[in-house]
Amino acid sequence: MTLVSNLINGISLGSVYAIIALGYTMVYGIAKMLNFAHGDVIMIGAYTCFCAVAYVNLPPILGILLAMIVCTVLGVIIEGLAYRPLRKSSSLTVLITAIGVSYFLQNAALLIWGSAPKTFSSVVPFDSISLFDGQLIITPESIVTVLACVVIMVGLTLFTKKSKMGKAMRAVSEDKDAAELMGINVNTTISMTFAIGSALAAIAGVLLCSAYPVLIPTTGAMPGIKAFTAAVFGGIGSIPGAMIGGILLGIIEIFARSYISSDLADAIVFAVLIIVLLVKPTGLLGKKITEKV
Amino acid sequence: MSKMVPLPSKSIVPERDVDKPPILETNHLGIDFGGLTAVDDLTLAVGRTEIAGLIGPNGAGKTTVFNLLTNVYQPTRGDIMLDGVSTAKKTTAQVNRMGIARTFQNIRLFNDMTVLDNVKVGLHNSIKENLACSITHLFGYRKNERKADKEAMEFLDFFNMADLANAQAGSLPYGAQRRLEIARALATHPGIILLDEPAAGMNPSETAELMENIRRIRDNFSIAVMLIEHDMNLVMNICEGICVLDHGKVIAKGTPDEIKSNPKVIEAYLGKKKEANPDAEN
Repeated sequence: MTLVSNLINGISLGSVYAIIALGYTMVYGIAKMLNFAHGDVIMIGAYTCFCAVAYVNLPPILGILLAMIVCTVLGVIIEGLAYRPLRKSSSLTVLITAIGVSYFLQNAALLIWGSAPKTFSSVVPFDSISLFDGQLIITPESIVTVLACVVIMVGLTLFTKKSKMGKAMRAVSEDKDAAELMGINVNTTISMTFAIGSALAAIAGVLLCSAYPVLIPTTGAMPGIKAFTAAVFGGIGSIPGAMIGGILLGIIEIFARSYISSDLADAIVFAVLIIVLLVKPTGLLGKKITEKV
Repeated sequence: MSKMVPLPSKSIVPERDVDKPPILETNHLGIDFGGLTAVDDLTLAVGRTEIAGLIGPNGAGKTTVFNLLTNVYQPTRGDIMLDGVSTAKKTTAQVNRMGIARTFQNIRLFNDMTVLDNVKVGLHNSIKENLACSITHLFGYRKNERKADKEAMEFLDFFNMADLANAQAGSLPYGAQRRLEIARALATHPGIILLDEPAAGMNPSETAELMENIRRIRDNFSIAVMLIEHDMNLVMNICEGICVLDHGKVIAKGTPDEIKSNPKVIEAYLGKKKEANPDAEN
């Protein structure tokens, strides 16, 4: 039974990683940059929801909506102020800027909410499900997380494959210049990608803090890095890759934690990444990257 | 009139277009890359339904002209008027919306997307579908997508590619990729389409089909076509006005017959090395 229980926990944690990883992978696919501030957008989303529920007494669902709105706006502002002026700069410049934005957000949160941990109350108002005479307990958070992950995955796939904006995104991701010559506004498309990725980050933040209720300004940093790992693991730029990478990473982490050592769990996660990249440098579903001239 | 360099007149606008303002005009257009002048003093006009040719030896600056016309490069000197409106300070996407579309010397399709989706990317600005509609697939999503599908299929049909609609663009044979690129450009509803070496790598029968298609594009959509091409047979057969570039400068403008007998052109082409054969370089 512990095996099943671990598997469920792993899939649930992995679903959160997957939702975060989608933000990394979409932004990478379209803007060809690594937005290391993405993890901290998660934290802002969680704080927003926390404040809305704990201080303003809004119902949790409105808290989530508010968090999504705040993060969407934040994502678009970050892109417009920090990354857009660097569109033609080297990728190293953009990377350093992203790290700067990450620190900025963490310290802004520190100023606003202080360093004392906040206890996040779960947004899922159901009781745990107990099966097999209490041998297997499934938390409502894990069910909601997995469901949210599936819905987001399906929705995002339909969006990118079947809608005008999604097609514009794929076109920009494949060939920015050619897309522009087809009359597609590349800046708008990139902003939109940030908006969607950040809205997903808000959902991930709320779900993460519902399952692991300690909220501090660095809450988003580690899940952010792990989700980035998941995106690379699955093949960065690929939406199904981010999903598979995220869920596998979650399972590996939970299994390592319960069967090997909880101290070494993170080390094992990153070791797996290194091994995968040695064997398959583009990740599980990654494509060979060809430079276009 | 073919002997003067540079010519005081603009290019040869066909008689049927003479009364109408040209679709495309450039005045003393030039661009420098550092100390190198890639294009200099380019003045030409293209009639509303003209098939115009831009020819010249390798490295003459032909593709640079296309990049200038689509604002991929900002000109150092001179200006470009598209349907009477200056394109200065516009983005590439805005210039496309103003009515200029192009294809590329080395095919640049969205290879991972289907043939139909490639054309629908071209239709981007004529599909009325906002973000809410895109995300929720509601608010008239179905109607808009159906309309877009129908229109995209019409473009594919025009090039006899309707049966390939669901194939992946990158998996198409070479000739079909070339046709799809033209279909995608036409889908942006341009007033003028720029074709960068459309016949490169084609065999004679494919080239004949291409020539027929170029005429059909002009007649069907009533738009101007401007093409860069090394295949002199194609150029002399379908172009009404030809502009010859060498080292970034216009050395001749005129009708095919005038160009053929122009000593400067012959010198630029044949004087240095034999390039009369169709040159299938990429």
